[in-house]
Amino acid sequence: MTDLLEEIARFCAHHDMSETRFGELVLNDKPFVSQLRAGRDIRASTVEKIRAFMQDFESPEVSVSQARAPASGRYPAGGRAFPHRDLISIGALQTHEILFLLDEAEQWVQLNRRSSKHHDALAGLTIINAFFENSTRTLLSFEIAGKRLGADVVNMHAAQSSVKKGETLIDTAVTLNAMRPNAIVIRHGSSGAVGLIADKVDCPVLNAGDGQHEHPTQALLDALALRHKLRERGEMSADGMFNGLAVTICGDILHSRVARSNILCLQALGAKVRLCAPPALMPTGVEATGVEVFHHFDQALAGADVVMMLRLQNERMDGQFIPSPREYHHLYGLTQERLALAGPDAIVMHPGPMNRGVEIDSDVADMPGRSIITAQVEMGVAIRMACLDVLTRKERKVPGWGEGEWV
Amino acid sequence: MRQLTPISITGGRIVTSDGIVEGNLRLVDGLIVSVGDGVHEGDFLVDAAGRLVTPGMVDLGVFAIDKPAFHFGGITRAALMPDQSPPLDHPARVRFAAQSGKPDFWVHPIAAATTALEGKSLAEIALMRDAGARAIATGRSWIADSGVMLRLLQYAAMLDMVVISHAEDGGMAGKASATAGEIATRLGLPSAPAVAEALAVARDIALAELAGARLHLRQVTTRAALDLVRAAKARGVAVTAGVTPAHFMLSDLALAGFRTFARLSPPLRSEEDRQAVIEAIGDGTIDVIASGHDPRGPEDKRLPFADAEPGMAGAETLLPMTLTLVRDGVISIERAFDLIARNPARLLGVEAGALMVGCEADVAIVDAQRPWVVDSRKMAAQAGNTPFDGQPVQGRVTALWKGGMGIAL
Repeated sequence: MTDLLEEIARFCAHHDMSETRFGELVLNDKPFVSQLRAGRDIRASTVEKIRAFMQDFESPEVSVSQARAPASGRYPAGGRAFPHRDLISIGALQTHEILFLLDEAEQWVQLNRRSSKHHDALAGLTIINAFFENSTRTLLSFEIAGKRLGADVVNMHAAQSSVKKGETLIDTAVTLNAMRPNAIVIRHGSSGAVGLIADKVDCPVLNAGDGQHEHPTQALLDALALRHKLRERGEMSADGMFNGLAVTICGDILHSRVARSNILCLQALGAKVRLCAPPALMPTGVEATGVEVFHHFDQALAGADVVMMLRLQNERMDGQFIPSPREYHHLYGLTQERLALAGPDAIVMHPGPMNRGVEIDSDVADMPGRSIITAQVEMGVAIRMACLDVLTRKERKVPGWGEGEWV
Repeated sequence: MRQLTPISITGGRIVTSDGIVEGNLRLVDGLIVSVGDGVHEGDFLVDAAGRLVTPGMVDLGVFAIDKPAFHFGGITRAALMPDQSPPLDHPARVRFAAQSGKPDFWVHPIAAATTALEGKSLAEIALMRDAGARAIATGRSWIADSGVMLRLLQYAAMLDMVVISHAEDGGMAGKASATAGEIATRLGLPSAPAVAEALAVARDIALAELAGARLHLRQVTTRAALDLVRAAKARGVAVTAGVTPAHFMLSDLALAGFRTFARLSPPLRSEEDRQAVIEAIGDGTIDVIASGHDPRGPEDKRLPFADAEPGMAGAETLLPMTLTLVRDGVISIERAFDLIARNPARLLGVEAGALMVGCEADVAIVDAQRPWVVDSRKMAAQAGNTPFDGQPVQGRVTALWKGGMGIAL
């Protein structure tokens, strides 16, 4: 039994884990280790279970403190790695700040793949998800991210809120702020609304989509999903960049905040972005951002390494933009035949929700080895955990992340 | 209240349409009686000390009567847009509005072209004219039905009233809050192409030509539309054009950061169009510079950009921004006061806006060099929604008379 205790002690030291945490993870029994030391009897099967747990736990990324080590060598020390209070737009980020968030997310990808997905990094913190626009997947993703980090997560839906009673956005923001949350996640239907709220509150604000402006966590999770797929194929460059990668984004670009954030994020990481949409759904002057504009899908696909499909955002359309979904599918639907025009093994992405049979055929959406649509959802939780972790570090007094602190 | 003592403003440089006159300006019984002549015994003397003596400004097309702001800006008369609550589509409301500024400020109400400004049925324009309306306006939006617009112009021609139209194709502009282009795309703002203005200008000019009516396009802000106005003027159409300082001082770059004080109607245009507006002011295509004064409090402006109401508090900055064009050599000082006083007075058919014998004694003394900083927190206006917040400017009114009565500034 002393052997086992020693093993556990070594394991905990190595992984920077408390004994109670160990007990909780293995047997869902916090005082287990101390009781064992005090002479508690355990069965052989339990010993096996503990050994098996420690065996499986061997991967180096698993431990949070370990995973942070390689990142800290590459980026400015402490808070200088991400010197922003809020995450409002990709446009406000430097390339190395984007890479930092992606690298930070890797540890959470590992955590999320374990059976016990809990970490206490944000224990005791309150996170408000204020969604002024309907959302299922983003809200769920943020909620899961917050809860896995141990934070108290509260959701506010616009439908249930005083927004319907005529309260102004600023008053709502001030009210939320008065409840002293440690972070607020906001989605709003008007461009710039999240930035407006961020000016009026005292805690970090995360943009979960503002009108047709930006959706930064979506762009980050897309980059992370793409990175994982490329790494799996052995095509990922060591520096984490997408230099030279040709990405075609096709769909309702005009109304898409996902497209805007992705253009900025992919370009910052070195990718070449092509946009494809009917003229009415292509924003004016978008060429100025350095993208290539196409109206014929076949041309836009030629040789593309990645094809990202976007949904038609009918709820944002003021008037009729396309004659019918059937006709749209005829011109811009991603079918097996069309996908064959893209580069060999081109990766298929979609931020969801998908309209199967409109912008993407079912067999393409579910294509094994090519479609990473479900991986995008998985990475969403990890990215949001990374963003919540990084943005609350100052509040949690993580060494090096204080105001004006040098490491 | 009447002016009791004759006033002589001495030692100033008097701005008339024919040039600067050195000498004395004499005001008696609320009228200008001599320009450049000597001083009479017993006159109350005012020393202008080398500053400009100018006509009180006439602001064509404001959305609120905001006396402190108008007086600060040297504005003595303003034509009030019919977009009030309730709209100026009834003679009684027009009569009330016409009295609302007196005695130290004159309001010239503009009659609503259509009932409730809906663009469907003509309002009682002749009755409103007799109640004091000086012009007719389509309001903040255009009249979509070309048939209604034609009948309006024919009716206005018969009454010899000018029709002030908002030149923006409503179907194309829709709910847009910006001009289509790189900035709107980057910010993700609902936008409309700049050509929405040229479309409306082309239609309104064609209809005005057909009806033989006088047409004033309240704000013309794009090169294409200005070219249409220029061509129409050349062939003798009775069309005039206006603009506000925002459109010759700012381009859509001012929208960066979603600054709602830069949310205007029509929206700010590209830099190319801004340059076109400056050219048009220089070559005489644009006849009027107005403030478009529309004070908006935080309940209208502290909102996400697209949800905020358009409009700026412009009365205080009208003069310094126009003087910018003089300093840049685009226009002369005389022409500057034609743009902000004489031309709008003519369009309204009032004997004011110029320093001429027989005109109303609306006079300002202007220190054209005096520097000050626009500060939205310290404005005289009801609200500080100025897109020029924090900008250093030059030119300030130091004294003002309305009908020979001094106004405390």
